[in-house]
Amino acid sequence: MDLSWMAWTWPTAAFFIFIALAISCMGFWEWRRPGGDPRRGILTLDTTRGDRLFITILGSAFIFLAWLGIMGTPLWGALAISLIYGFCVFRWV
Amino acid sequence: MNKTTYQKAWFFVLPVVALVAFNALIPLMTVVNYSVQETFGDNVFFWEGVKWFEDVLNSERFHASLLRQLMFTGIILAIEIPLGVAIALTMPKKGPWVSVCLVFMAMPLLIPWNVVGAMWNIFALPDIGLLGHAINGMGIEYNFTRQPFAAWFTTVLMDVWHWTSLVVLLAYAGLRSIPEDYYQAAKIDGAKPWAVFLHIQLPKMKRVLTIAILLRFMDSFMIYTEPFVLTGGGPGNSTTFLSIDLVKVALGQFDLGPAAAMSLIYFLIVLLVCWVFYTLMMKDEDQ
Repeated sequence: MDLSWMAWTWPTAAFFIFIALAISCMGFWEWRRPGGDPRRGILTLDTTRGDRLFITILGSAFIFLAWLGIMGTPLWGALAISLIYGFCVFRWV
Repeated sequence: MNKTTYQKAWFFVLPVVALVAFNALIPLMTVVNYSVQETFGDNVFFWEGVKWFEDVLNSERFHASLLRQLMFTGIILAIEIPLGVAIALTMPKKGPWVSVCLVFMAMPLLIPWNVVGAMWNIFALPDIGLLGHAINGMGIEYNFTRQPFAAWFTTVLMDVWHWTSLVVLLAYAGLRSIPEDYYQAAKIDGAKPWAVFLHIQLPKMKRVLTIAILLRFMDSFMIYTEPFVLTGGGPGNSTTFLSIDLVKVALGQFDLGPAAAMSLIYFLIVLLVCWVFYTLMMKDEDQ
């Protein structure tokens, strides 16, 4: 099958593999240690583990965009903020 | 608690997964791939990294069209939601006129977008259009092909004409779901119409209004055909909304890389707003 029209690159492929792996790991986590029922966090929202992953990924996208718009490249700072943000979301949201 | 698990049921989801992958995921992946590369056609691509994102985020043109888009969405929401609720409140609750009103309300929704644009283009023309001629006849200089304010006025009016009905129908459905007992209780308490609206009708309509705001936000934020047919984004760039600008970049200039970066930023904004509305709606339901 010719996929050249999709213009794949290794970095974008890695990005999608990361997303797919993150979702798979969430499934595996839930299977091994169920606990994904909604819980109420600091935002007073009832979130499941999947919701928290979504909030992390969406928020990280905006963190990267903001960093890129204000500071430009390289993006290590944005990565660090996103990791801290993701940790906070999974811990407290 | 013993749960009955029937894992084979997952296979029934596969057709949907395949469909979503075909019409959403694969095109989205392609856009992501385009957003980090430059192409001159013929399936030849050159790696550019995040350059297009940086360019778009720092582009005044993008800021201007995003601002116009937000302004347009804000204005039409500020008009259509209160107007829709007001019309729904005045509609009859029972009798033969209910169907007549509902049919009249549904009519603008049935007209295709490009037809709405063409209709309003002719309707608002200053020399031959009824609206344009009437406004000029009142001594107000009006020409939507030359004056930015007139172009905005016509575009907003067109959208209000086309889509307020949707808010009316949703608000009316919300109002009809309120049991008569509530009104009787309010009557016994001697509540004024304003109090009835504020404490009974509005809270009961909250959910449908959230849906109405969400639908109108998404539709107006992604509006393309109507303003394109009506004003073509002009005069100048005064009604060039984000979607029109995106098409200009992607198809007019054939800058697929910047256009892909722009569409991803556009997509993220829509996704964020949808998530906020969805969360608010679900939170409301839980309460």
